[in-house]
Amino acid sequence: MSAFLQLLISGLATGAIYAIVAVGFTLIWQTSQTINFAQGEFVMIPAFFVLAAMKLGGLPFWAACLVGLAVSVFVLGVMFKQAIVDPMLKHGVLPLVISTIALSLLLKESAKEFYSSQAQPFPSLVPSVDLNLFGAVISTQSLLVLGVAFVTVGGLNLLLNRTRFGRAMQATAQNRSVARILGVPVERMVLATFVINGLLVAIASILISPIYLVKFTNGETLGLAAFIAAIVGGFNQVRGAIVGGLVLGVVDNLSAAYISAQYRGAFPLFLLIAVILLKPEGLVGRREERTV
Amino acid sequence: MKTLLKYAQVALVVLAIAALLAAPLVLKPYGIFVLSQWAVMAIAAVGLNLTLGYAGQISLAQASFVGIGAYTVALLQPFGVPFALAFVAAGLLSFAIGWVLGYPALRVQHHYLAFVTLAFTTLVFLVMRNEEWLTGGIYGISNIKRPIILGWSTVKPVPFYYFALGMLALVTAIVWWLLRSPWGRAFTALRENPIRALSLGIDTRRYTLFAFAFGSALGGLSGAMHAPLVQFIEPTSFGLSLSLTLLLMVIVGGSGYFLGPFVGALVAVIMPEWLRFADGLYLIAYALLVLLLMTFCPSGILGLFGRLANLIETRAASARRQSLSAKLDQKPVSS
Repeated sequence: MSAFLQLLISGLATGAIYAIVAVGFTLIWQTSQTINFAQGEFVMIPAFFVLAAMKLGGLPFWAACLVGLAVSVFVLGVMFKQAIVDPMLKHGVLPLVISTIALSLLLKESAKEFYSSQAQPFPSLVPSVDLNLFGAVISTQSLLVLGVAFVTVGGLNLLLNRTRFGRAMQATAQNRSVARILGVPVERMVLATFVINGLLVAIASILISPIYLVKFTNGETLGLAAFIAAIVGGFNQVRGAIVGGLVLGVVDNLSAAYISAQYRGAFPLFLLIAVILLKPEGLVGRREERTV
Repeated sequence: MKTLLKYAQVALVVLAIAALLAAPLVLKPYGIFVLSQWAVMAIAAVGLNLTLGYAGQISLAQASFVGIGAYTVALLQPFGVPFALAFVAAGLLSFAIGWVLGYPALRVQHHYLAFVTLAFTTLVFLVMRNEEWLTGGIYGISNIKRPIILGWSTVKPVPFYYFALGMLALVTAIVWWLLRSPWGRAFTALRENPIRALSLGIDTRRYTLFAFAFGSALGGLSGAMHAPLVQFIEPTSFGLSLSLTLLLMVIVGGSGYFLGPFVGALVAVIMPEWLRFADGLYLIAYALLVLLLMTFCPSGILGLFGRLANLIETRAASARRQSLSAKLDQKPVSS
């Protein structure tokens, strides 16, 4: 039982990170039909920004984190939209997909070439101590991840549902032309989702890097996890991505422990295929577009 | 003008074929290897172009079919199965698996299909990596022999290169014929307007399945050539990144253009080699080039030529119109 609890909590912690990444992924999909194949690399890169700020700028860790957040909002949020998504959007989904694939290669190779191909240690926000809870060993890292994820997602939910700004964003996601008729500054709202995505991936990056170390290949698994989380939960709902992320983290952890560690990667995929075939709107998504 | 353009096109293709045939005279063995790789990958890209460009289904599973084909050939070899038979088996097996995958996968469309096929690629990769008794796991299978075709040994690089070219030509001919058959017309109808196609009595589901399975079979054939080319196969070469590269070949070349995958494969296989002088930066340069190409020419390289040809035709037509209308204006005066 204690082992189960331990797996559950560490699964939830990983899942919370997946959820943050998946929320960002879903947001930009909703407002601009961009399937971002570079989302995993978007999570990998901000940690490099932070490390570079510490090494080159000689900044303390917290200041470097702020710099990392700001740079990632600008580069992965604003520049990504202006330089890559905007010019491509009118040409349809596929060329944009290819562009994000090329972008992921670009980010990966740049991190390797301009920083290092070795895994880099990354300072943790809290000292790593193992706590004992009902016989289960739980690290402060996991709790921190869960806490930050909870605050982030909660804050985002408040923003989306309780403010005029957030509702305008939702309107943009649901129906662009109607939103425009109602006087919503659609372009600014789309930009806002990219900025939020830049912020979310940077937060995920800072949370996950002390656990996985900073390496240029980190994005590969994370990107896949974000896709799966987004689809499992429901592509058209922010809460879908959250549910999807958490479910994915727990399924991944439990199946690796109880069924097969070798096929660890396979269970989330079975889950993905099952959801797409049986409930394509996702576990908590709304059925709005015809996909079947 | 139109016929002139067509002639130019044919002349370019003939020139390209001549260049390919003459390549061994000037290239070093490594260059021959890269070109052979191009020919082998082009087979898979032609298959994906059929699925994506003609039938309009995004598939990220092509790499796993290349893998299935490669492993089929490699695993049959120790039993003394002749290459020709193994080659056909690789195609048939991929066709069957493609058909079975297509059944559930084609219930969903667009990005959902992309993700189902993406999941399939990852699953196949896991099987190749974990089932050591069959596939050798991460160590892969080495010492794959190159075939002897009707007493003609393809062990040396140049004969194998011609062999790969020959296979590519064969596949191209089959696809060319297929696209001109009623089947091929139906594929295009599916992509352009599935509802209309359905109302015209085309069994959309069966044709989509067939396009998907046929494209997959070509992936398998490409894999069957890949195994003897590199003589060593291991799971990571058939992962998601190969699927993405194949997709890139089709889109960069120009999806839906018959010659698109050939050009795209050329870009994806040979461009990184050309850029090697840039050392570690070559993949960065490659990624930037693809980004630029997609920004300025989203319909691919052949799309660019298509646009150019259109422009020339429009110019020519308006010039003709002008000269004709000038004649029309003169007529009342003369009468």
